[in-house]
Amino acid sequence: MAPVADHTITALVEDKPGVLTRIASMFRRRGYNISSLAVGHCEVPSLSRMTFVVRGDDATVEQVTKQLYKLVEVVRVSDISSENLVCRELALVRVKAPAAVRSEIIQIVDIFRANIVDVAPDSLIIEVTGDVDKIDSLCNLLKPFGIKEMMRTGRVAMTRGAAMVEENGHGQAG
Amino acid sequence: MKLTGAQMVCESLRREGVEVMFGLPGGAILPFYQVLPQYPQLRHILVRHEQAAGHAADGYARATGRVGVCVATSGPGATNLVTALATAMMDSVPVVAITGQVPRNLIGRDAFQETDTTGITLPITKHNYLVMETADLPRVMKEAFYVARTGRPGPVLVDIPKDVLTETTEFEYPEEVSLRGHRPVLEGHPQMIKKAARLIAEAKRPVIMAGHGVIISGAWEELRELAEKAQVPVVTTLLGISSFPSSHILSMGMPGMHGMAYATLAIDRADLLIGVGLRFDDRITGRVSAFAPRARVVHIDVDPAEIGKNVKVHVPIVGDVKRVLRVLNRHVEQATHTEWLREVEELRREHPSDTIRETDKLIPQYVIRQLSELTGGKAIVVTGVGQHQMWAAQHFAFKEANTLITSGGLGAMGFETPAAIGAAVGRPDVPVWTISGDGGFQMTMYELATMMENDIPVKVAIINNNFLGMVRQLQDFFYQKSYVATGYTHNPDFVKLAEAYGILGLRVTDKVQVVPAIQRAIEHSGPVVIDFMVEPEENVYPMVPSGESAAEMIEEKLEERVWLR
Ligand SMILES: Cc1ncc(C[n+]2csc(CCOP(=O)(O)OP(=O)(O)O)c2C)c(N)n1
Repeated sequence: MAPVADHTITALVEDKPGVLTRIASMFRRRGYNISSLAVGHCEVPSLSRMTFVVRGDDATVEQVTKQLYKLVEVVRVSDISSENLVCRELALVRVKAPAAVRSEIIQIVDIFRANIVDVAPDSLIIEVTGDVDKIDSLCNLLKPFGIKEMMRTGRVAMTRGAAMVEENGHGQAG
Repeated sequence: MKLTGAQMVCESLRREGVEVMFGLPGGAILPFYQVLPQYPQLRHILVRHEQAAGHAADGYARATGRVGVCVATSGPGATNLVTALATAMMDSVPVVAITGQVPRNLIGRDAFQETDTTGITLPITKHNYLVMETADLPRVMKEAFYVARTGRPGPVLVDIPKDVLTETTEFEYPEEVSLRGHRPVLEGHPQMIKKAARLIAEAKRPVIMAGHGVIISGAWEELRELAEKAQVPVVTTLLGISSFPSSHILSMGMPGMHGMAYATLAIDRADLLIGVGLRFDDRITGRVSAFAPRARVVHIDVDPAEIGKNVKVHVPIVGDVKRVLRVLNRHVEQATHTEWLREVEELRREHPSDTIRETDKLIPQYVIRQLSELTGGKAIVVTGVGQHQMWAAQHFAFKEANTLITSGGLGAMGFETPAAIGAAVGRPDVPVWTISGDGGFQMTMYELATMMENDIPVKVAIINNNFLGMVRQLQDFFYQKSYVATGYTHNPDFVKLAEAYGILGLRVTDKVQVVPAIQRAIEHSGPVVIDFMVEPEENVYPMVPSGESAAEMIEEKLEERVWLR
């Protein structure tokens, strides 16, 4: 069996109603696993850029990119996993923070260069940005205090250097 | 010029060169129907059920290579199109479906006859649109036709709210489409084409496998040139039948589940497989790990997602089949492959699945043989799904390009009668026959009325075994002959049924009646239904059980056989 790994795929898509449904439907129908998905506007007004993290072997992920391409509203797709990447994710974590442990939590937050964005009598909301590992380890450290709620945005990624995520080797689908 | 949305749709259809559409009206689409008389160039054929409108558009598209158009109203009209759209999607057929939708202010409120048509059809169309602004209609119509026919063809649905159809606004038809996400690659990569030519030159046992893509791109001349120049035997997929003349010395017929045993075995021995315009469907490959185990694979297809999807490919070539073959033929060297061709001939003699049993009984294979003989192999044949479909694929000797129309990918019973109507409307110059099972025929037989009403002279051959035959065969082979829910004990009298529609009906119960009945049908100028009451428990041979390989193929043991050639 070919090795299974997380692949980071970015796609430029038309900013039109229903695009997300088309993409989600394709993933579900063909049995692909999205472990993370982030969508937002990009530098071109009528397009959005999406970042997917897809788990699978190389052949599966190649199929994912090709099937994405076939969608008429998908303009470009790139598997950038093998590139030198900047990957970021943002998380908001509501953690139990009674007075007794509050300073301990603040210390951890400082080490991770995270921010406290809301303070309530017995809890804090912490905002952290970074790669997946950083967020995971912060969460692990916070877990013993009691995480009441957590929300993660999913990964966004960009290749380092001058190259833009643009052309790809697959050609366009008919 | 200022037009209503409904007029815009008609004007767009006219500009796309549409001559005919198949449909059935209802409230939401009525504004469109009411302006139709203003456009006498647009012929509308009223069907009895929207599924038939979809299949007819499909049959028209396959027979002519043009975009087929069907029309339905919102809600049940649109849901009735579903099977037909899925059929066209699976078999890459360019169809544009136009559906009415409830007025915009009612969308999302579970209004009368509201369904989420674009939602329902999302995975079974190449693309679809819900048009929320009348001003968008010209662009959407232009795009719909463009997307349907370019690259790998497929169905596109345009869903139009009733008030979008009645609103008036400025009409300007775009000259061009600009779709950033749909730019098919048509020219194959020159380096890859050269590499393919090199592999063909090195191969000792090459096999060409031709699929629907050859027919869609109109590449039969190019395919033939390739085969003849390099002397490579040609097998075809079910949808690839009639991409290569079956009487050609290099023609090997269809391999796979119910294919010719020798074709399946030749692939098993091949050292090079050249796949042309196909998708290596599981009915062809069987267990993928045991498919063509000795072969390197060249795969030519316009859809890059098909390459490497099912089988591992050594030389991928993305492009239009016709264009790629033209270039490839320039690079391919002349060859003889005498020894390999002799080996293939031997396989054909040892595993002769194109023969039929010598018997006085009325067997379906004999009926198909006679149909083939008496039509000169030159009719357009539209089949249903089941045993009769496989026998048609095996025993009808297709002589002309693009003359088999069948639901290959979806396998939709009931496809045949409406699709034949579409084919006959598109190709009035060619006789059109359906080969139907008694099961599938009854799924869409109401379309006999459409035939009669519109003077469409389709000849219907019902291979009547009083069974859902293909399923009965599965029960015979794999469920100890336990025939649960596959026997029909009260089929209607198909001759009387035909007569009820005003159509000539003929019954054949004996072998000697076959030829005269077919002759009579050929001579008759209108539609005809022939009820061939055949042996009920014939099985289709050979059979590679689902998910198995060539080694597990079940072949028929025959004492007396009749050879095809
Ligand atoms: C719409 C639909 N329903 C069910 C099936 C499953 N199926 C495949 S073949 C077959 C039997 C077809 O019977 P008939 O039309 O009489 O043809 P025969 O096999 O007897 O030639 C059935 C039920 C199908 N392919 N399509």
